[in-house]
Amino acid sequence: MAFLKRYLIPRLIQYVLVVWLGITVVFLIPRLTPNDPVMAMIGMIRARGSTLEPGSMDGIIADLTEMYGLQGSWLDQYWAFWGRLFRGDFGVSFFQFPARVSDLIANAMPWTLGLLLTTTAISWVVGNIIGGLAGYYTRKGWSRTLDAIAMVVRPLPYYIFAFALLLLLAGFMRWFPITGGASLGAIPSFTWAYIKDVLWHAFLPALSLVVLGGAVNFQIMKLLVQNVNAESFVQYAKLGGVTEGRIVRKYVIRNALLPQITGLALSLGQIFSGALITEIVYGYPGLGMLLYNSIVRADYNLIMGITIFSIVGITTAILIVDLAYPLFDPRVRYY
Amino acid sequence: MNVLRDLFRDYRFFFSFIVLMLVLILAFMSIFSPYDPTLWNVVPRDMKPSAEYWFGTDSNGQDIFWQATFAVRNSLIISTIAALVSRVIAILVGMVAGYTGGTTDRVLMFISDSLLVIPLFLIMVMLAMLVRQYMNLVVLGLLLSFFGWAWDARLIRSTILSLREREFTRTAVLSGTGTVRLVLNEYIPFTMPLIFSTLINNISWAIGLEITLAFLGLVNLNIPTLGTMLNWAITYQAMFLGRWWWILTPVFLSLFLFIALYWLSVSISEYLDPRTRIQRVGA
Repeated sequence: MAFLKRYLIPRLIQYVLVVWLGITVVFLIPRLTPNDPVMAMIGMIRARGSTLEPGSMDGIIADLTEMYGLQGSWLDQYWAFWGRLFRGDFGVSFFQFPARVSDLIANAMPWTLGLLLTTTAISWVVGNIIGGLAGYYTRKGWSRTLDAIAMVVRPLPYYIFAFALLLLLAGFMRWFPITGGASLGAIPSFTWAYIKDVLWHAFLPALSLVVLGGAVNFQIMKLLVQNVNAESFVQYAKLGGVTEGRIVRKYVIRNALLPQITGLALSLGQIFSGALITEIVYGYPGLGMLLYNSIVRADYNLIMGITIFSIVGITTAILIVDLAYPLFDPRVRYY
Repeated sequence: MNVLRDLFRDYRFFFSFIVLMLVLILAFMSIFSPYDPTLWNVVPRDMKPSAEYWFGTDSNGQDIFWQATFAVRNSLIISTIAALVSRVIAILVGMVAGYTGGTTDRVLMFISDSLLVIPLFLIMVMLAMLVRQYMNLVVLGLLLSFFGWAWDARLIRSTILSLREREFTRTAVLSGTGTVRLVLNEYIPFTMPLIFSTLINNISWAIGLEITLAFLGLVNLNIPTLGTMLNWAITYQAMFLGRWWWILTPVFLSLFLFIALYWLSVSISEYLDPRTRIQRVGA
């Protein structure tokens, strides 16, 4: 019971509050910006070169006002906004009319989820193992080389790194496709040819996410391991004649890994944003590409849908990682 | 002078120093530009790099070298505004939360935690779409600064928390030093190195986000920045048409800038941390 009171319930309250805050911000943004969002959208539709029939303007204004839920007082709007969210109703996309925003997101989700889960898992595991080894064997040549590489890769933003890879490996070398999640006209099926095609298209986006994420994990893990190394139990194990490999695997890396679980939870939001940007660079048909198209076409409803969906998704993922933490750390017991 | 000599022994500091100097010189050269950066077709289009056009010209009929001087200048202006303003927010939030504690601390930390957890990039896209017509260097800088303080406020808060428990705080309070003076005279100097290294990281972060937003077309594309230069090059398919000088200029400039800023912050914070300094400099 103490576990419930001391940990689970405060954590759940925090979760609900963060989701509430995020979605309230999404609600407030179009209402706090100095210009009328409806007029801004109409201006943007025009700027994109779509022609509007003379008589249709009033209709569009009414539609947009309704779509943004701009009728009535702010409090009424706020209630209506939450009501729609609880029904899972994000409205319809403006430019792929009458496709529902929730359906569009559902179509894009598997791509993003597949890319994000694999790359996050690979970069976390690989980055931590290599970082751990490099932190233990600091003076070895390969450890220094890896450190130098991480020093170059680490500061690069997702966009620049992804774009540089695209330029080099797809633009100039032509080893990989420039864009897309699968070849045009390929029919989704469980055949080897299709799977190979998808993997080939996913390789570059995945590579850029893995290298960037791996470099971060590598550096942090290396530092953590160097701190654990200084602890007396490591000295004791060495003096006691425990083999080096066993010390690294059983004592050093396992101890240093724990803060990295918290680190993963904290950085998930950034990793997600990075994955969206990477998808845009590679034209990968996930949420990022959907976001890009909705920006280009000024489809504000779709952007709101993606944002709300992402806020809920990311905070939930972080909650799960946090709640799973005691499973990994035997010292944490909530009773 | 000893400080500088020790710092220059680190190849990373040396590299960053040279690169940042070159970048600053490039930015200042924009004063001498013979062309107005907002005008098109002032030089022949799509010329390769030559003695006359050092970095070549682009499909808008602009000289890439002089365009790059403005781009670097504007990117630095945006990121400096963003970094300085967000430092002020981070210092205020971190100091207040760390020093007062209690409910204030919990509320402020809840807000900064939320900013860390929520995918901010999407929120920024929403905001940028709606204020696009007001977008200029200052607005963009302020927009970025609003989102860039959360992590650093946490760092400053934890430093203050440990400073508050030290002996000198009690001595100062008991001898009648006011809170404001205590914070300004005692705490700020202690946190200065930390603030400085977060400042550099924040500049780098802001340049990166500006490039991303520009790539999405969410800034004023007529103001040359590293991001808008890249945007134009991509829009005109410079990669496929073999106009490498056009697309590689902003790419290389930003690559060098990011690496230099990061190495600068790493080498300075390693120097400021006495444990790592002993390892490296041996003094």
